[in-house]
Amino acid sequence: MILNDLTFIKDKELAARKKIVLRCCMAAGCMSTDSKGVKEQLDKAVADAGLQNEVEVRGVGCMKLCCDGPLVAVDPQDALYVKVTAETAPSIIAALKGGKATADQGDPKSAFFAKQFSIVLANSGIVDPERIESYIALDGYQALHEVLHEMTPKDVVEAMVKCGLRGRGGAGFPTGLKWGTVAKSPGAKKYVICNADEGDPGAFMDRSVLESDPHSVLEGMAIAAYAVGADQGFIYVRAEYPLAIARLQIAIKQAKQLGLLGAGIFESPFNFNIDIRIGAGAFVCGEETALMSSVEGKRGTPRPRPPFPAESGLFGCPTLLNNVETFANVPAIYRKGADWFAAIGTEKSKGTKVFALAGKIKNTGLIEVPMGTPLRTIVEEMGGGAPDGGRIKAVQTGGPSGGCIPSQHLDTPVDYESLGKLGSIMGSGGMIVMDDSTNMVEIARFFMEFCMDESCGKCIPCRAGTVQMHHILDKIANRQATARDLAKLEELCDMVRNTSLCGLGQTAPNPTMSTLRFFRNEYEALLQPDPFGPHANGAAKPTETAKK
Amino acid sequence: MNASVSRPQKKRIQAVLNHASGDKRFKILEVHMKKHQFRQDALIEILHKAQELFGYLEDDLLLFVSFKLKLPPSRVYGVATFYHFFQLKPQGEHTCVVCMGTACYVKGADKIIDAITQKHKIRAGETTADNKLSLLTARCIGACGIAPAVVYDGTVTPRATPESALEQINKWGQK
Repeated sequence: MILNDLTFIKDKELAARKKIVLRCCMAAGCMSTDSKGVKEQLDKAVADAGLQNEVEVRGVGCMKLCCDGPLVAVDPQDALYVKVTAETAPSIIAALKGGKATADQGDPKSAFFAKQFSIVLANSGIVDPERIESYIALDGYQALHEVLHEMTPKDVVEAMVKCGLRGRGGAGFPTGLKWGTVAKSPGAKKYVICNADEGDPGAFMDRSVLESDPHSVLEGMAIAAYAVGADQGFIYVRAEYPLAIARLQIAIKQAKQLGLLGAGIFESPFNFNIDIRIGAGAFVCGEETALMSSVEGKRGTPRPRPPFPAESGLFGCPTLLNNVETFANVPAIYRKGADWFAAIGTEKSKGTKVFALAGKIKNTGLIEVPMGTPLRTIVEEMGGGAPDGGRIKAVQTGGPSGGCIPSQHLDTPVDYESLGKLGSIMGSGGMIVMDDSTNMVEIARFFMEFCMDESCGKCIPCRAGTVQMHHILDKIANRQATARDLAKLEELCDMVRNTSLCGLGQTAPNPTMSTLRFFRNEYEALLQPDPFGPHANGAAKPTETAKK
Repeated sequence: MNASVSRPQKKRIQAVLNHASGDKRFKILEVHMKKHQFRQDALIEILHKAQELFGYLEDDLLLFVSFKLKLPPSRVYGVATFYHFFQLKPQGEHTCVVCMGTACYVKGADKIIDAITQKHKIRAGETTADNKLSLLTARCIGACGIAPAVVYDGTVTPRATPESALEQINKWGQK
C-alpha cells in the first residue's frame, strides 16, 4: 500500500457514488427501533422503483438524535426523516419522485444540529462503518501516511503537545505529555491500549464512535504507536457492546487486508497490530492499572502508582493508555494541523467534547460542542429543555464519579476547570438531566449503591466506606436518620475521598457531596429529631473541610 | 501433572477430564484455547467462550480451564467471580435484562423491576422456580437515548414501561 493506492481507492469510491444518497442509521439505539427493517424496505423500494443507478441506501453510524430514531437522511436534498418505520420507509423513495412522504420530517437546521461542531463525530452518520473504502473516501488514513513519511516520532509528539489535546476519559491529563513520557521510557516492547470500557452509566459516546467510525480510532492508535514506538495495541471493549465489538473486528480485518495495519505499513519499517480484548462487566476496569491487569487475564484490581503505566504498564512494559474519544481526535489533528485544533475551545481546554445527553430532556442523543460552551446552551437550546413542561432541576455529569450541577449554575462553561470548581468533573461525557420530579437523595443513594457494588475490594476505605455511606443514605431516604448521621456521612465522604487507592474510591463520594452542597434542604427535610441533641455523645460536628 | 498435586485433587481432575471427553462443547472450547496458544492472559476470552457454549460456568468447566491453561483453580474462580458478566448458576429459559443506568433509572427503570418482582416473585438476579424466567439488571447498555431500555433475550427494546415488560413476559409464558 502506497499513497497512490490510497488515492486510487478514494477516487474509485467517489466515482461510484450515486446522485442521491439515503443514509439510514444503523447504530445500537436505532437498531433497537427496527432500523434494520427500515433499511431493508428502503432497499426494496429502490429496487422496485428501478432507481438502483441513481439512489444509494447506505447504512451509517449514529446520526446523533437518538430519541427520534430510526433516522433517515437524504442527500443532497438535506431532508431528515425521523421515527421512520418499515411501513413508512417506501414513501421516502416515492417522495424522491415527487410523491409525498408519510414519514415524519425532522429539521436538520434545528439548534440541536446547528450548534454542533464535529471533529470526533465528523464521519459519524456519514461513512459506512463496515466498509473501509467509505472512510478512505473522506481522506481516511492520509494522516497516518503523512505521519509515517514526513514526520519523526519526535515531531509527532511535539505536534500533540502543541495542539493541547487533553485526555477525554475524564481526568483531562494532557495527551502530548503522556505520549512524550511513553516515548522517552526505555524498553524494546511497548504497548498502546485504547480504553473502550465505557463504564459510566449514562454515557454512550464511545460506543457510538466505535459503532459509527471505528477506523478513526484505529488510525489514531496507529499514529500514537508510531509516536511512542509501540508495535502492539489492544482495544479493551465492554462485553455489553456487541455491535461495537463486531464492527471493530470487521474494521481491523479490513485494515489488515489493505496493509494499513500489520507489518510494514505504507512501505515503511513501522509495524503495528491491534487485538480486541473484551471486558466482562467491571466498572473498576476503566481505571488504567485495573484495565491492564484485566488485559493480562487477571482480576481487574488497581495497583498503587507510581510506577505509572507510561514506565511500567502492561506485562511490565511502557504502555500508552488513552480513551476512545482521545484517539478519535488524533487523525483530524494531523490532517488539519495542531494550530487548527488549538484554536478551538478555551485557553486550557482545547478542541471539542462529545456529550451523551439523556434523562428528562426533550432531545436525547449525542452532541459535540467546542469546550467552553455554556451548559445552558447544551441543555436548553440544543436539548430543548425538560419535556412535558417540567423544570430542569440539575444536570449530572461524570457518572458515579461526578456531581450534580444545579439549575442556577447552568451558565457555567463546560471545561475541565469550571466543572471541577462546582464539585463535579467533566468525566467521559455522560450528561443526565433531572427535572423537579427527581429526588436528589435517591440519586445520591443510587450512585453510592453503584460504587458499593463495583468496588473491587482491594482497599478498605472504598470497600467498607461505600457500604457505610450507602447504609446512612438508605437510612436518610427511609426517614430514619438524625442530624448526627448526616454529620457522620460527611465525615466518611471526606475520609473515603482522601484515603482510597484508585479513582473509583476517591470519587465515590462526589455525587453525595455535590448533592449535599446544593440540595442540603432535601436531606434535612428527611431527618428525624435527635432525642439526645445534635452533638451529644461525642459525635463529630460537621467539619469545615466536609462542607467544601 | 507435577508431584505437588495431592491425590484427591488428581482424582478430581480425572473426573473432570472424563466428563469433558463425553461432551463435544469441551472440544470446541479446547480448540478455542489452542487459538490463543493456551496463553494464561487469554483467560477472560476463554471464559467468555465457555459461557457462550454452556450458558453458565459450572465447577467442572472452571477446573477444565484451569487444568488446560496450567493456572491454579483459585485464580480461575477468582476471575470468574470478580466480573459481573460471568454467571455461575444456570439461567432461565428466557432472560429479561433491565438497564439500570442513570438515564434509565431517572426515567423509571426501578418501577419496571418492582412490577416484575411483584408479579413473578423474583428479585433482580434470580430465576423463577419453574426455570422459565431470569430477571437481571445491567449497569448501562449504552442505549440512554431511548431510556428506559430492557433487553428481552438479547433484543433491546426502547422506552419500556412496567406494563410493556409484563406483557412481553406473558407472551413467553404462553408459548
